[in-house]
Amino acid sequence: MKPDDLTGLTLKTARDGLAAGRFSAEELTQAHITAIAAANAHLNAYVLETPDKALAMARASDERRARGEAGPLEGVSLGVKDLFCTEGVRTTAGSKIIGEFVPPYESTVSANLWRDGAVMLGKLNMDEFAMGSSNETSAFGPVVNPWRSAGSNQRLTPGGSSGGSATAVAADLCLGATASDTGGSIRQPAAFTGTVGIKPTYGRCSRYGMVAFASSLDQAGPIAKTVEDAAILLTSMAGHDPKDSTSLDVETPDFASFVGRSPKGLRIGVPKEYRLDGMPEEIARLWDQGVAWLKDAGCEIREVTLPHTRYALPAYYIVAPAEASSNLARYDGMRFGLRAEGGGTLTEVYERSRAEGFGEEVKRRILIGTYVLSAGYYDAYYLKAQKVRRKIAEDFDAAFLEVDALLTPTAPSAAFALGDRVSDPLAMYLNDVFTVTVNLAGLPGISIPAGLDATGLPLGLQLIGRALDEGTLFTLGGVIEQAAGFKARPAPWW
Amino acid sequence: MSERAPYRVTGRTGEWEVVLGLEVHAQVASNAKLFSGASTGFGAAPNEHVSLVDAAFPGMLPVINRRCVEQAVRTGLGLRAQINLSSRFDRKNYFYPDLPAGYQISQFKDPIVGEGELVVERDDGSTFTVGIERLHLEQDAGKSIHDMDPNWTYVDLNRAGVALMEIVSRPDLRSPEDAAAYVKTLRALVRRLGTCDGDMEKGNLRADVNVSVRRPGAPLGTRCEIKNVNSMRFIQQAIVYEAARQVEVLEEGGSITQETRLFDAGRGETRSMRSKEEAHDYRYFPDPDLLPLEIDPAWVKAIEAGLPELPDALRARLQSQYGLSLYDARVLAADHVLADYFETAVKGRDAKLVANWVSNDLVGKLGKAEQSIEDSPIPPADIAELVGLIEDGVISSKIAKDVFERMWAGEGAPKAIVEAHGLVQVTDAGELEAIVERLVSANPDKAAAVKAKPQAIGWFVGQVMKQTGGKANPAAVNAILQARLA
Repeated sequence: MKPDDLTGLTLKTARDGLAAGRFSAEELTQAHITAIAAANAHLNAYVLETPDKALAMARASDERRARGEAGPLEGVSLGVKDLFCTEGVRTTAGSKIIGEFVPPYESTVSANLWRDGAVMLGKLNMDEFAMGSSNETSAFGPVVNPWRSAGSNQRLTPGGSSGGSATAVAADLCLGATASDTGGSIRQPAAFTGTVGIKPTYGRCSRYGMVAFASSLDQAGPIAKTVEDAAILLTSMAGHDPKDSTSLDVETPDFASFVGRSPKGLRIGVPKEYRLDGMPEEIARLWDQGVAWLKDAGCEIREVTLPHTRYALPAYYIVAPAEASSNLARYDGMRFGLRAEGGGTLTEVYERSRAEGFGEEVKRRILIGTYVLSAGYYDAYYLKAQKVRRKIAEDFDAAFLEVDALLTPTAPSAAFALGDRVSDPLAMYLNDVFTVTVNLAGLPGISIPAGLDATGLPLGLQLIGRALDEGTLFTLGGVIEQAAGFKARPAPWW
Repeated sequence: MSERAPYRVTGRTGEWEVVLGLEVHAQVASNAKLFSGASTGFGAAPNEHVSLVDAAFPGMLPVINRRCVEQAVRTGLGLRAQINLSSRFDRKNYFYPDLPAGYQISQFKDPIVGEGELVVERDDGSTFTVGIERLHLEQDAGKSIHDMDPNWTYVDLNRAGVALMEIVSRPDLRSPEDAAAYVKTLRALVRRLGTCDGDMEKGNLRADVNVSVRRPGAPLGTRCEIKNVNSMRFIQQAIVYEAARQVEVLEEGGSITQETRLFDAGRGETRSMRSKEEAHDYRYFPDPDLLPLEIDPAWVKAIEAGLPELPDALRARLQSQYGLSLYDARVLAADHVLADYFETAVKGRDAKLVANWVSNDLVGKLGKAEQSIEDSPIPPADIAELVGLIEDGVISSKIAKDVFERMWAGEGAPKAIVEAHGLVQVTDAGELEAIVERLVSANPDKAAAVKAKPQAIGWFVGQVMKQTGGKANPAAVNAILQARLA
């Protein structure tokens, strides 16, 4: 097969091709390495390419296969969001302050992928510490969306914070990628790039070795080309880990087995509070279309209410910065990463290292988080936000008494131009309006490409499920994927 | 309860009462740290016992050490305290190089152990009860070393993340002696429970002392907290100094500022560390990396069933079972290892004699050598053997002292020492009578004197002892002399 044909494969078909001996892991990996080398200067998806390591892993994979020891992801070439610590490979979380840190350990999620035979192509760009919705807060510069509006050369955001993961998958620079989602960082970029992204139930994937943003919200998940690919990847990534106290001690089902099942009889909720004033017509229409597809497939559609939805975004922007302000205290220039030159008192070294090392958005959130935890403000902000969080979870509990899953748009718009919203943090935060509720309640949510807007940019629909019921999301996601027949690919301009 | 006069500080304007509360930090006896698998061993080279979790590397997560939880529960039970089946860990946020994560994991709002009490006994035998407000688990910080280099501070993280129990008393203490007695009792308790080794020199048990003064009966005054005092003597010195300082300030018409103070052992004084205004805002919040700590009541029951005999019960038993004096029983019960030593040695022997040898001679020697009972060069079996030799009349008590010295010096078991040095006491009547006969014939005047003045017999006793090298059985000598001279 030609290299282009190899990189254009889905993970599933590539895996089948490897199994059938139609090409080797080395050939597949080399094809991706070549594609990355050609594209990365334009798309900036990878902050670190590891071709030598990739080829070594690929050869080892071919040898394992030859010995008859192929794992479930044998020879499959993947990208890893730079939030995941990789042993012996620089990990930055998109921040200057972590600098040239080379972890002596491997995150559990990535270790699970290598255990199953996967090959690492490199580390993927992201918003600094996963704080951002456009990938513009990265210390390595923004990722560029491979998609462009029809007739325009304007560079668009791939979304964030997993913009590198989404772009790499959309531009065929890997077969799938790890990502992470604290308030929508998997699902929104997936929607902006025509890819599938799932944030599983909180605790499904171990957070061990994943650079922390907001511990009670952070959750790893895959971005992939198809629903089935996402299911295959999540099956490998997930699993109980005694090294993470919040990891759930439950069996990981074979998620791919849920794709293609009949959705007949499943009850789908449409939350009325998600129908925002001023929602773009195209988004509303796509949502209605999604409802129709599921109805046609035999689902029962019900309107449900999630009354505390309007408080979710403010609660999220209290809880997440509060945890971040504490989680990021360790970046103090003392043990690793950046330390400001020039000496001075301890406090001066702290102040200058952190002032130089953190970007503007991260500083903004550290300040917010420090403020809401301060004596005298804790009750009014942090404690109140936690109460709201409980109310939001109760809203979902009540809804899931009546329905089996919820359908909503993933994001309130299609991909926007880089630079458009950097000066307006509130406009930027509104990107998360449909996704943060899911993190606050710890539920699984998946984004599926479902159509294009008038300018030819992809739009996504989100399905939200009960805790630990990712299976139903894969079934329903497969139905939407089928019905939408989403086959559009970004036309290579890079 | 005691009739003793209450402790008072006498100022220029009258008497003041001292009100004290203690926060004791006790390092949990456990092989591994509170949230990481790293070792807690003492004496390692700097930064040898540091895991990636302790050093707060990116993506590292805490996992609670079950053994530390068990130790906290055991200590709580020893304090007759409420065990909270659900408790929570919070983050206490502040920046310092020996605190790698930028926060200490502690229990702020919901501690693992709630209210309890400790009955404390003073040296005179009187007792008082101290209310325990709470016991919580927390991480220790590392150590900053400022004096290794003029320009740099070095950090040793071996202690970072080691589990501490912070045991907070109510402000129920009223004198420096009572404060020290409280710490001593608490130390004996945790040592008995095996939950802390109580080694104050290594800092494994240390106290923050809250001191305030007031006119007797008046409402509580403003307190100052003296940090990290690590000996009984320093606790008392710090309190005496701080109470006097506060009285002076108040009598000068000033007021006490709530602040944290340091005790300078070299100068015997306390000095301000930071005032309330400078106090950190620790921004406590529940640690999202850890779930609430849920404890199974059946597990608590099992721990309770396995509790050893506690010091006060042990003391009472030593008195009733062996007929020991209060003094001996208290010395032995203050350290269960010593009590175990005694109970091993006493089997089949005279209890008072054994107690005497252990609580006076042996403890005295150990004290001078600055050794603990664990390091005793004399095993309990040897004390038993020594007492046996006395009981059987093989050696006198006086000779026994000499034998004991030789045992301490490492010469071996008492029987062997007695044999090697020919220390067996002379009880052979014939031999003793012969000596007496020679003495009487050589000293007719002295013999005659005995008839007039019976105490004069003492000279003969002394002479017999001298001639036998102290080995003559005193009872036998007395009997023979009485028969010959009286």
